[in-house]
Amino acid sequence: MKEFFAILKNELIKTIRRPRSYIGFAVISFICLMLQGAFYQDGRELLTTVTAQFDNIFNVQGNILNGNLICFIVLQTLIVQMPLLVAFVTGDQISGETASGSIRFLLTTPASRTKIVVAKWLSGLVYTLLLLLVLGIFALFVSRAIFGVGDLMAMNSEGLTIIRADDINWRWGYAFLIAFLSLSVVASLSTMLSCIMDNSITPIVTVMATIIIFTIIGMFDMKSFDVIKPFLFTTHMISWRSLFEDPLPVHDILTSCAILFLHVVIFLGVAIFYFKRKDITN
Amino acid sequence: MSSAILLENVTKNFNDFTAVNELSFEVKAGDIYGFLGPNGSGKSTTLRMIMALIKPTSGSIRLFGQSLQENRSEIMRKIGCIIEKPDFYGYLSAKENMKLFARAHLLTYTTKQYDDLFSLVGLKGRELDKVKTFSHGMKQRLGLAQALIHDPELIILDEPNTGLDPQGIIDLRNLIMTLNKERGKTILFSSHILSEVQEICSNMVVINKGKVVVQGGVSDLLSHENLTVKLEVVNPLTTAVVLRQSKWAGMIESQEEKLFVFKMGKTEIPEMVDYLSQHQLGIERIDYRNQLEDYFLKITNA
Repeated sequence: MKEFFAILKNELIKTIRRPRSYIGFAVISFICLMLQGAFYQDGRELLTTVTAQFDNIFNVQGNILNGNLICFIVLQTLIVQMPLLVAFVTGDQISGETASGSIRFLLTTPASRTKIVVAKWLSGLVYTLLLLLVLGIFALFVSRAIFGVGDLMAMNSEGLTIIRADDINWRWGYAFLIAFLSLSVVASLSTMLSCIMDNSITPIVTVMATIIIFTIIGMFDMKSFDVIKPFLFTTHMISWRSLFEDPLPVHDILTSCAILFLHVVIFLGVAIFYFKRKDITN
Repeated sequence: MSSAILLENVTKNFNDFTAVNELSFEVKAGDIYGFLGPNGSGKSTTLRMIMALIKPTSGSIRLFGQSLQENRSEIMRKIGCIIEKPDFYGYLSAKENMKLFARAHLLTYTTKQYDDLFSLVGLKGRELDKVKTFSHGMKQRLGLAQALIHDPELIILDEPNTGLDPQGIIDLRNLIMTLNKERGKTILFSSHILSEVQEICSNMVVINKGKVVVQGGVSDLLSHENLTVKLEVVNPLTTAVVLRQSKWAGMIESQEEKLFVFKMGKTEIPEMVDYLSQHQLGIERIDYRNQLEDYFLKITNA
């Protein structure tokens, strides 16, 4: 275990010291600040237009343009960009080193290939967690500091749900946990492709292509697509939104988590299986 | 002497291409062993198999008497290597790169130990510079530091002179000799240049197209007893007559215009030159190689 933690520490140091790791943090901070600035300027006008359609059904009172709503919007917006930012770092972890030749440096140490892949995968997860932490700080805490706290008006497949401000913090906690699990699937897929491919760009592009294709399949209500939809990880990546429904679809959320977890196990398993047998020829 | 490396009938196929074909050789502990072959002969593939970077298709590799496949981790603690060009993390300094490697070997180096290591390989004063600013020769020196950091019993050097300046080549040669003589390290030294191997190795194997061409002691293989001597003369007709009446007549392999080719020992050469000058026969050029040098020149030129 001592050897494994030494390798993991090495991987974390490399992740921290690589300039590309900071692109993700910069992008998230920028998007959050940009959206917060835009909502601060034009948000009330926009919300008045949206809530106007409910005027004859119920009366909206209080601070609806609050930190919880901004965080909900930011999270929905970033669900497409976050996998790209994760893949940008994790997709390069092994293939980048194979392309540059530094993989030989790693593989001639006493550590086994399994330990090396798992250490890289774990460092990718730590990076993913840090990305989400930055997102959480900017999207939730900074938004609350700017816009204040209030009830969340969440639009979802069931319609409009209002979540009371005193009932929301635990939902955010679980939402970020599910988002982490979803992005872990992306990180694991990137690690797997990174083991298989020998250049740093292809795994990143392949991850994005996979997400785009799966998302398109998920968008259409067609019988042939309906058969495969439940098995696509992208279908379950948005399950964090279910935490803002009332009543809470616990079974659906747990099923999604189980499927996402299964994807992580499969992708990591394939990565280890392939990498253990891989010839390092460059 | 015990065996440091033992390869038995090792073959490596990449799809239809056979890179290494039934290769067998043994490196004894304490030896400086030359691994010679032209570019593309299968040297690097073999070294990568010894370092467990590539899995052999068939055959067995044993290091320090243990199977590589079954005892990889234990074996890797005893081996240091430079495989082709050493590649490091360019965004880290030389010292940070070494720290990564030391940590992977569970070593805790002191500042003085790092200083000594960088002095040893001639990188003192550059250890805090980012590796991306290093020249190829400096990376090669850093590669050597990485190969030595865990004080391995066996050091595998794949074309370590590549990119080094003449002084660097001399320094490396001296370092290899010191490591072998004073610290008892076994060294497997790969090169495509015969003279490099000739200067430092005691035994060697020559491979071509993945197969062993010849192996044995360097002094035996590069003996001066059976040289190919090429003699270019001013007056070929008279020289031919004179030589055919001399004791060297039986040693003439061929004659083509002004060029005579002999098979003879090195000591015969000055005697023959004297004999021809006594007969006032001019010599334009004379050079000699042993059979291995001759063969090696052919395959490297090919």
